[in-house]
Amino acid sequence: MMNPYLKRRFLDQIAVMFGREAKKPDAISEPAQKIHELKRMTNKERLQEAMLAHENAKKVHTWRNRRWAVLIAVNLFFTVSFWLDIQILEGALTASRFIGFHLIDLNSALQVMLAHKHIITNLVIGTGTVFVLWLLLGGRSFCSWVCPYHLLAEWAEKIHLWLVKKKLVTDQNIDRRLRTLSWIVFAVLALATGYTVFEAISPTGIVSRALIYGPALALLWVLALLVFEVFFSRRAWCRYACPIGLTYGVVGIFSPVRVKYRLESCFHEGDCRKVCLVPHVLDTVIKGRAVDTEIPIGPDCTRCGLCVDTCPTGSLTFDVKGLSKLL
Amino acid sequence: MSETKPPDAPKPASAAKPPVSRERAQQARRRVLRTILLTGGVMGAALSGFLPQVYARTKRLRPPGALDEKDFLASCIKCGQCVQVCPVQAIKLADLVDGVGVGTPYIDAREQACDFSCDAVQCILACPTGSLVYKKPAFLGVRKGAKLAAAPILKAKEKDAEPTLNLSERIGVARLTRPESCLAIQGKGFKGQARGAAYGGRMRYMEVDRWKPIKVADHPYDVAECDLCVRECPVKGAISIETVFAPDGTRRKSPVVHEPCVGCGVCEMICPVEPSCIVIDAREVWNT
Repeated sequence: MMNPYLKRRFLDQIAVMFGREAKKPDAISEPAQKIHELKRMTNKERLQEAMLAHENAKKVHTWRNRRWAVLIAVNLFFTVSFWLDIQILEGALTASRFIGFHLIDLNSALQVMLAHKHIITNLVIGTGTVFVLWLLLGGRSFCSWVCPYHLLAEWAEKIHLWLVKKKLVTDQNIDRRLRTLSWIVFAVLALATGYTVFEAISPTGIVSRALIYGPALALLWVLALLVFEVFFSRRAWCRYACPIGLTYGVVGIFSPVRVKYRLESCFHEGDCRKVCLVPHVLDTVIKGRAVDTEIPIGPDCTRCGLCVDTCPTGSLTFDVKGLSKLL
Repeated sequence: MSETKPPDAPKPASAAKPPVSRERAQQARRRVLRTILLTGGVMGAALSGFLPQVYARTKRLRPPGALDEKDFLASCIKCGQCVQVCPVQAIKLADLVDGVGVGTPYIDAREQACDFSCDAVQCILACPTGSLVYKKPAFLGVRKGAKLAAAPILKAKEKDAEPTLNLSERIGVARLTRPESCLAIQGKGFKGQARGAAYGGRMRYMEVDRWKPIKVADHPYDVAECDLCVRECPVKGAISIETVFAPDGTRRKSPVVHEPCVGCGVCEMICPVEPSCIVIDAREVWNT
């Protein structure tokens, strides 16, 4: 059972996913308070030394490399399956068939249901399969492990951060509630107009189709988004606009796969927050913020593993709820 | 993008107000402004997604079994599974400038028509959302004249136990748009490759291979009186050469389209005259 501190944080994190700012906790459990207290008394010089050692240590990219490999493999599998006509994975990311099984993207399915107002069996089967799949795999893990636009945005982000470092641009951050608003607007538009308008502009669908059926002019829209992200606002589409992320985030609320944070071993040097794709989910690692000794990271986390790679003390690890107890 | 800060701006000394520095307040204001701007951007992009509907003047041929255009646009999930199963790759996905909805499938019959060489209308089978259907669900209306009087008989399967195509509505109707150029009407024959040597379109020729469509360019014709549109029409009784009277009273031969026409576009594809004398009116119904 979840203790009241974690329960409150769990609900808080759902609100944070919908766009609320992460804030300081009101109450902290006794054991966590003790650790915070102890940390205030530890020798600062020793911590400094450890942080310096970490800075000079070789960067680890285990999870990132695995993730990129999976993302590229999945997307190429679609392409290869079509080009070689082996019919193992047919379709595109919006809807496909894997050895005959229907798989339908949850957000696309939702758009179609709202616009068409009629649901056929194949749609239900495909949506159900994908729902269960991402429930088991971590919800927004779709974003960082499968979405082809995400990878482009990650590379664009690298350029953006380099430009920021050179003081050529600054990140124009935006209110995260916009994503919730855009989810509602696109849902209402589909329902009211009977046209799945989001599908027409979704960079995920456009890039996925371009990879499979060949490049199209619609890629210009994707390019425009990337330019915006490089020069103005860090990973703006994924962070502030994409309703797909929110849809999978909601699935992630119930997912047993997440990153877990252990307070005791953490140095609070904050490298994880620097590499994190959605830093508002990692507010708990700030000194004095953790409400308990072990904290699961919230549903908006894309389970990308960048923080796991960068954490020098192993305070952030992948965790499957219930599995660790079983083992 | 420079955040200019006035040097040593005097801090307001009011104690009643919450301690929000001027810079902070300014940052917050800018953020709100940016948020409004991006909101506008996203909404603008969303609205641009509707442009295809506004400019939907060019009627495109949708794959067989397509729902009426509005329902089709509502239900198509833009996955391209219909594209993948088509043996002659007649189905293409629309692009930004095609004006029929990004990622939705259409057929350019003159480029490559649907010749039903899959025998079973596989695109319908592949469609996961019911945008392409064998038979419309009860709650969707059927336009008058869209329904086929009988299940179309596929000439290629005529000797099979089940010769019909599982298709209940037509996707368009063929129309002789340029009778003055039609070789049959002029009483001319045709010899050679129907669409020239460079033409890449393919078709199934039963006498060559039932299961493997070949290039039209690899199947030259030599006919005394041109009847390619009738000869290659995959549906039985959809088109025939009839004797008609021209306005000047002379007797002429002419292709005539009949009710079983499903609008597949093979006649438009095979017509050796440039541009084609016979074309498909996409989404047209049969008017008696």
